[in-house]
Amino acid sequence: MADQFQLSSASLDALFTALQGDGRRILAPTDRDGRTELNPVQTLGQVARDYVQTALSAKETVFPKVEQLLSYSMAPGQVELVDAEPRALPTVLFGIRPCEAGGFAALDAVFNWDTRDRFFNARMEQLAIIGVACTRKDDACFCTSVGGGPGSTRGSDILLTPAAGGFLAQVLTDKGRAIQALAPELFAPAAGLAAPLAEVPAAFDHAALTARLPELFDSPIWDDQALRCLGCGACAFVCPACVCFDIQEEADKKAGRRLRAWDSCGFAMFTLHASGHNPRPAQGARWRQRVYHKFATYPDRYGMLGCVGCGKCTRACPVDMNLQEHLTQAMAPVES
Amino acid sequence: MSEQNIYLPHLMRIAAITDEAPGVRTFRLEFVDEAAAQAFAFRTGQFGLYSAFGEGESTFCIASSPTRKGYIECTFREVGRVTAGLADKEVGDIVGFRGPYGNIFPIEDWRGRNLLFITGGIALPPLRSVIWNCLDLRDQFGDITIVYGARTVNDLVYKAELKEWQERPDVNLVLTVDPGGETPDWTGKVGFVPPVVEQLAPSPDNTIALVCGPPIMIKLTMPILRKLGFAPESIYTTLENRMKCGVGKCGRCSTGRSYVCKDGPVYTLAELGQLPAEY
Repeated sequence: MADQFQLSSASLDALFTALQGDGRRILAPTDRDGRTELNPVQTLGQVARDYVQTALSAKETVFPKVEQLLSYSMAPGQVELVDAEPRALPTVLFGIRPCEAGGFAALDAVFNWDTRDRFFNARMEQLAIIGVACTRKDDACFCTSVGGGPGSTRGSDILLTPAAGGFLAQVLTDKGRAIQALAPELFAPAAGLAAPLAEVPAAFDHAALTARLPELFDSPIWDDQALRCLGCGACAFVCPACVCFDIQEEADKKAGRRLRAWDSCGFAMFTLHASGHNPRPAQGARWRQRVYHKFATYPDRYGMLGCVGCGKCTRACPVDMNLQEHLTQAMAPVES
Repeated sequence: MSEQNIYLPHLMRIAAITDEAPGVRTFRLEFVDEAAAQAFAFRTGQFGLYSAFGEGESTFCIASSPTRKGYIECTFREVGRVTAGLADKEVGDIVGFRGPYGNIFPIEDWRGRNLLFITGGIALPPLRSVIWNCLDLRDQFGDITIVYGARTVNDLVYKAELKEWQERPDVNLVLTVDPGGETPDWTGKVGFVPPVVEQLAPSPDNTIALVCGPPIMIKLTMPILRKLGFAPESIYTTLENRMKCGVGKCGRCSTGRSYVCKDGPVYTLAELGQLPAEY
């Protein structure tokens, strides 16, 4: 059981000051140009209110869109390699939702299941997460269908739940306790009642879905669902749990660098062989891979889903593909 | 303080270049760093990521045998940006290598068994590593039969080694070229690999079959082997899925529950039956 405390809004604002005094930057959802996205903030007043979620995911804090893996210089018969150190700034992610906080475990599973990925780990080490439980939701949310919930503590170091005059705070991890230790006087004994959390009814049973997917592999539903898919990859780029990446070279005759960049199994070129052969030649097969990787391969290999039910993919999709609906359809009784 | 960078390649010097066939070359590579050379070991079937600095990385098997120490060899066809960059290199130039990656051909389990290699075109390199590994341990295996085909006589790779295998009494080499690919002095067979195998009708008794080739060759050869009585557990092949990281992270080679770069590239036909046919 986590330690429970009460934080008034004034105390939380003071905590922001203490965090910055400790040399940490704070990233939080802010309203800018009609969008709510993560940006550096100094005060609680700068943090957006009444948002359901940011459109983009928080994974960029530990897995940048593009990052350098190494660089080199070249001369005839010579190459000098230069290792790359990730720039990992002490960072507090404030105000992300429980679904998204849970997504970091899916990234960690891939980056560290075998050999360890220094770039991801260096940033994760420097990251602390103060999640805020959801009192609002929208139609794209389906956390409760994939084992999460609007008050889930998974992935957060401290989870705040809105309450009269401020927040209830659950201090969950060593990183959370280290934050509390910066200003213990701000954490009052828990007293007030938490605000009612959003109600997100479960649309499907994810364990039953995982169990059913093997028999659905050759079902026509994947082609049907993907007919309108543009293969734009927006779903993967906003997904807190999508890890797939590309490695590309930027160079001239004398020097170059090797970069890692986000990629997507939805792109036609993702699996294209140099010979022209493509193991997943149609969008239906690529859409199926997305679903199966998250709901069959992940449970099988890593003992967790590769989806946190945040609904960002659904909100971002330019042709209104809806993951929750598509998965619910996959669980519909088979017509005989 | 920091963990090591798993994406950092070894620097390798090109010790020798062999032109094998039109557009196909073999590099012999030696480690620039002596300590890296000492620490390096691999087993047959494994692969690596080869860098043409300035262009990027490509995935090829290690085409030499682990019994031949001090170097590795790779054989590639010039088809894209990286292989064009590699093809520009000369002896003494530096390339990068990450590896060895992936699983192995379990040749220790094949002691006393007959070996049947079936391969086509540029897919001989992964089997060439196994062939030399087994020939260097010749006493441990029974009959060794190699069926190798290419589009034309000129497209056959490792021509000097084919000659050597042809002359060895302890190797049965069957060469074939596609109809129209023969030369006037061609003494091998004319025909595609699968019908040549069917005609040869090798016995499945105590025999391991290794099949590497273009997808169509594999697709047509497998049923013939099954009809001849080879068990799915006795037929080995390698998958050639596109890869970027080689270490089970980038997601590109993911096929069902398998990362080809970690759980492969070597699979038995029985194991392939458990995977979706996305390769």
